[in-house]
Amino acid sequence: MTKGFGAYVLLCAGVLYWLFIAPFRGKTYRLSQIFSQMVRIGVHAVPMAALTTLTIGLVLAMQSAAQLQSLGASQYVPGLVASSLVRELAPLIVAIIVIGRSGSAVTAELGTMKVSEEIDALEVMAVPPMSYLILPRFLAMILMMPVLTVFGIYVGMFGGWLITHFNLNMSTSYYISHALEYIKPRDIAVCLSKSLVFGFLIVTISCHTGMNVRGGAEGVGLATTRSVVLSLFAVFIANAFVTALFYF
Amino acid sequence: MPEAEPNKPTSPAPKPDPLIEVDSLVRKFGAQTVLNGISFKVYPGDTFVIMGGSGCGKSTLLRHLIGAETPTSGSIKVLGQELTTASPRQLEEIRRQFGMLFQSGALLQSLTVAENVALPLVEHAQLDPGLIDLVVKMKLEQVGLTGHGDKKPSEISGGMKKRVALARALVLDPPLIFSDEPTAGLDPVMTAVIDDLTQKLTQKIGATVVVVTHDMASIFRIASRIIMLGTGDRQGQIVIEGSPEEVKNSNDPMVQQFIKGTSDGPIPYRSEGDNYSDMLLAN
Repeated sequence: MTKGFGAYVLLCAGVLYWLFIAPFRGKTYRLSQIFSQMVRIGVHAVPMAALTTLTIGLVLAMQSAAQLQSLGASQYVPGLVASSLVRELAPLIVAIIVIGRSGSAVTAELGTMKVSEEIDALEVMAVPPMSYLILPRFLAMILMMPVLTVFGIYVGMFGGWLITHFNLNMSTSYYISHALEYIKPRDIAVCLSKSLVFGFLIVTISCHTGMNVRGGAEGVGLATTRSVVLSLFAVFIANAFVTALFYF
Repeated sequence: MPEAEPNKPTSPAPKPDPLIEVDSLVRKFGAQTVLNGISFKVYPGDTFVIMGGSGCGKSTLLRHLIGAETPTSGSIKVLGQELTTASPRQLEEIRRQFGMLFQSGALLQSLTVAENVALPLVEHAQLDPGLIDLVVKMKLEQVGLTGHGDKKPSEISGGMKKRVALARALVLDPPLIFSDEPTAGLDPVMTAVIDDLTQKLTQKIGATVVVVTHDMASIFRIASRIIMLGTGDRQGQIVIEGSPEEVKNSNDPMVQQFIKGTSDGPIPYRSEGDNYSDMLLAN
């Protein structure tokens, strides 16, 4: 356990070295690989993130409308949907989608490369796996998580609008102006910070678990499950921590 | 013009410095000693074969030679540099000077055949992309794979994968090539093809080859020097070191059993345990 955590810390340190120090020593970022990973990690996750955040927006609006309408306070629905999405739900839901879709894929891919000696081959060819495999995935995740989160907020807000517009007969301009009233710049900053923290945790845990696969196909399967479980734990704990730090 | 001195004894040419020097190498995994006091030298131009039965530690030895494992004790010098105390950066520098052919080929599945062969060039040679493309085509032609550059490794056969891996190992014309079971899982014709290609291409660039294998036909076809690692009572020790002829003529029963491929002899094929047949009969 301690050894595993030590190796995880070393991986994080290695990533930071390749990110901030290596470029000053003549090493360049592999832009084509970063873009290709951005597509795989981020763009391909768009449909899932859209569907999930849309339904969350719909459900939030329906639940709050049902309660607030009885109190004659349905004008608060846009604000409730917006603040719930920005403060908590969008970063968290997007992180869960990315863990299930992209984090697990990263672990499975690296794990398969490990058991089929591809990572050994890279090392023997003096191509550091940290720079060739991990850094492009890291940068792709760090760049795409905030983008997906912002996208998730928009889609979730659209879900809320569908209910308020067609069920509560609220105008679009009323919905937008009331929603924006409840979102402070600090909320946006915390939301983006959360998505960065979640992205960091997901990609480092996924890469660490994948790079340390042992055994064959069974090892890859176990590592993928482990990666998903650890990432979920880490994200939920980090979410509680950041929320407590800024809102409590 | 000075007169030649008659009858002066000519001293033998001094031996070149070894490319690989292994001294008293020991590797233990827990209580199990896998490599036990291994010492040998590989000289330039050798095709040095490490042979032995399953579980004798030959692949473990190879992993030590490429710096993928750290020994429990002993010294490993490759191309004049000590591997056991090398920093990651020094190890990277040493590794740039040798090629490695893995048992499975270890081609990157996400890249095409041509991209796999080009990888060491792209990473380490400051060459124009057009030139890299030309070198890759030349290497693929040398291993008989012209026109297969755009295929993915999953679209080619096992023998073709081995040839692609050979082309990749040779693409930087390294002075030293390591090869782990290069003919495992191949039919006899493809085995001969891989052997011939390895010999022809390495001789062409003057490379030294270290091969780990248990394929006897292959061993006597390519080897200039052989070591055999023992199993059982002599686990992880060098049983014999010599030329192919010396190995063939050895009186060591373990060596003869391995060469002849018989089940009776000092090489154990199973671990000792209870005699379950007798226990069944007793009931």
